[in-house]
Amino acid sequence: MKILVCMKQVPQKDAPLKLNEQANWIREDASYEVNEPDAYALEEALRQKEKNGGEVVVITAGPARAQHVLREALAKGADRAIHLEDDRFASMDAVNTARALAAAIKDESFDMIFTGLQSDDCGWAQTGPLMAELLGWPHATIIMEIEAKEGGIRVKRELESGFFQYVEMPLPAVLTIQSGISKLRYATLLGIKQAKNKPLRKVAYDEVASSLQPNQLTIERLYVPQKTKQTEMLEGSPQEVARQLVAKLHDEMHVL
Amino acid sequence: MAETILVIAEQREGKLNRVSLETVAGAQALAKQTGWSVEAAVVGGESAASAAKELAGCAVAKVYAITGAALEPYTPDGYVAALNAFLSAGTPKLVLLPHTYQVRDFAPRLAARMGAALVSDVVGCRFEGGKLLLTRPMFQGKFVADIALNGDGPAFASLQSGAYRADKVEAASAPAHVEQVQAAAGEIRTHPEAPFQEARQAVDLTQAELIVSVGRGIKEQKNIALAQSLADALGASLGASRPICDAGWLPMAHQVGSSGQTVSPKLYLALGISGAIQHVVGMKGSRHIVAVNKDAGAPIFEVADVGVVGDLFAVVPALIEEVKKAKG
Repeated sequence: MKILVCMKQVPQKDAPLKLNEQANWIREDASYEVNEPDAYALEEALRQKEKNGGEVVVITAGPARAQHVLREALAKGADRAIHLEDDRFASMDAVNTARALAAAIKDESFDMIFTGLQSDDCGWAQTGPLMAELLGWPHATIIMEIEAKEGGIRVKRELESGFFQYVEMPLPAVLTIQSGISKLRYATLLGIKQAKNKPLRKVAYDEVASSLQPNQLTIERLYVPQKTKQTEMLEGSPQEVARQLVAKLHDEMHVL
Repeated sequence: MAETILVIAEQREGKLNRVSLETVAGAQALAKQTGWSVEAAVVGGESAASAAKELAGCAVAKVYAITGAALEPYTPDGYVAALNAFLSAGTPKLVLLPHTYQVRDFAPRLAARMGAALVSDVVGCRFEGGKLLLTRPMFQGKFVADIALNGDGPAFASLQSGAYRADKVEAASAPAHVEQVQAAAGEIRTHPEAPFQEARQAVDLTQAELIVSVGRGIKEQKNIALAQSLADALGASLGASRPICDAGWLPMAHQVGSSGQTVSPKLYLALGISGAIQHVVGMKGSRHIVAVNKDAGAPIFEVADVGVVGDLFAVVPALIEEVKKAKG
């Protein structure tokens, strides 16, 4: 099985983020990390390779700093990487991102493409199904298990309210992988060393530009959400806070 | 149907889900600002007919029951082909969908096939200066964005659960006309089996009066015991956000949120939970919400009635002591 894993670099979960001057994106000087759902997609791809053999290729679209997530994936066991390197990839809408990724792999022949469930920055949760549409492949989302079968795969999908479902489909196919389905591996020292010699293909903006179209969405304004609720903040030492809260639980909320 | 907002409702076994009705309420509210009309469609096999009847009870101009044997059970191929054919015949200005797992599965493809964009996870729509603005959380709820659509093409938006209120749906004075639409068939490549539940949920948080819930801020599995002690002192059940269950620190049955249980206790005490939208949709119906978090900017404080910015490892032991004192 030849598997492509789409990965994204996003601001660190706990990093304080500041708005840029136009208030339509965050300031660039944040710390970044791999989008956690994509780490689960990579983990699943590596496990599939261990089970069925094949190749795991990782791809990202973003500025030079995004190469870090590819190096990390190579250190964990991916075989090679593709980097669509340009600042402009960071401000594309989901459809254009999918177009750029699809264009960059047009000469490859993957059996499966994995993406994470959604990204921690934009959270569109669309890149996977959009790539499937552009490539004309079937897809399934929120996948928890993948089993190779004669003529295709059988996957376990998560539905709402604690329900699940098995789905069979032919290959090639696109799957979005549920987070938390496995334990993420760490890169070993040997892996980190080997990663330096693994192939990393860079794709320039101009190489995929003809596949792109003007963005259909514009972020007019990004802002801190307005409170819809009046939150009463308790202050003081832990003991003082605890006393105030217990008084509220008793007198106002009537739960004690 | 050019000046139209079309709601594509979701049904299962002929019943609309609540977020579909919320989406109708959203469409009606937006229509008041824009002067556009509201229509609604429901997709499925034969059972979709009763859902169409339910939709016709809402104040909408028209209801479409798009049915066909290939639409039951749900597949993305079947839905995309049927809806693409239907929408291409008379494209509305805006298509609103409930932001469910099923919509997340097919709507991006449908929008792309129609050359349109889908704004997912929308929590508010408004019409301002002749422009439609769709509001959605970004960066895990740390910010919200007003999104504008460029161009004249149809726009797609999926509305997050709780963005509008189902009890605000305006009812029809007389049932709307239901038009039967025979779905166009396409090739269906995925073959779904029947949905199933794993072992019966051992923990039923939906019935709990008091819930103490833990998130990433608890840091280590052994610290869960601290939250359990507080729950025990209060006589509360223990809940958790997704990462805690993903890590295996608590069984999945404790998970609150869009992929877990939806709860509405008298008290929801959130410890070290940042308040990502996927969690908040599962608990914001709680009567009283108390949040303890070290990050003053955590989105959980948007929904909390009472907030404590501080170290839960200092606050919780003090709280346990005070609760025990109060209970004598």
